Amino acid sequence: MVTINGEKLPLDGANLLDWLTAHGYDPRRIAVERNEEIVPKASYAGTVLADGDVIEIVNFVGGG
Amino acid sequence: MMPTREKFYAALVERHGAERQARFQAAKVAVCGLGGLGSNIAVMLARAGVGEMLLIDFDRVDLSNLNRQQYFVEQLGMLKTEALPETLAHIDPYCKITARTLKITEQDIPGLFDGCDVICEAFDKAEAKAMLLQGALENYPNTPLVSGVGMAGLDSANLIRTRKVGRTLYLCGDGVSEVADGLPLISSRVAVCAAHEANMVLRILAGDREA
Repeated sequence: MVTINGEKLPLDGANLLDWLTAHGYDPRRIAVERNEEIVPKASYAGTVLADGDVIEIVNFVGGG
Repeated sequence: MMPTREKFYAALVERHGAERQARFQAAKVAVCGLGGLGSNIAVMLARAGVGEMLLIDFDRVDLSNLNRQQYFVEQLGMLKTEALPETLAHIDPYCKITARTLKITEQDIPGLFDGCDVICEAFDKAEAKAMLLQGALENYPNTPLVSGVGMAGLDSANLIRTRKVGRTLYLCGDGVSEVADGLPLISSRVAVCAAHEANMVLRILAGDREA
């Protein structure tokens, strides 16, 4: 199981970029942490989710 | 008459306590973006007696900024990196300010925050926020980073909160209210979010890493 933003999902073996794209995330407006470390944007395509991973997706909105 | 550095510091110690003030005084904080969030954050940090700040922005003071940003009519047209240090000097003349007129790109980040104890993200655009977070967390993985996410509109101030993500990232805001949805930026709600950011910075400097 993989935990994404607090929700446990059966995503072992899934590709991070594919999952983000399928769920409508724009890679230019997000930051992703995997097990408390930032995932470089260039590594999204090469990141395969593994059992026990904890993923936090920060979705930015404009304003400041 | 200008109070001496010693008198100034003693007054802050009296308010904040000696140990806490020593930590604030020894700290260097970067504020990236000097708009509604950043100008308010910098004013709050100066009032708290933070010893050193790195202020970064590329823009000039515009009439449309005065509804929420810490600038004055007399400063219209000035670079924010010139106008804000003027104001801060009226609040704490002994705060050491370094101002950089710069539109930060990914390439600028390595080296930019050397020596900073905390980095504040206070940009306007979502893409710029994401770029700074990515770059700062990659290049400075152990430096706490406080970011503003969602403060547009005039919804309840109670929806704005501080949340810790991972080891070093703190997100302040309601997470959803977006300027691009046609929502305005209003002084009070932007200031609430700025105060969340400034408060988290001061908590970190005081030694408390929990949101």
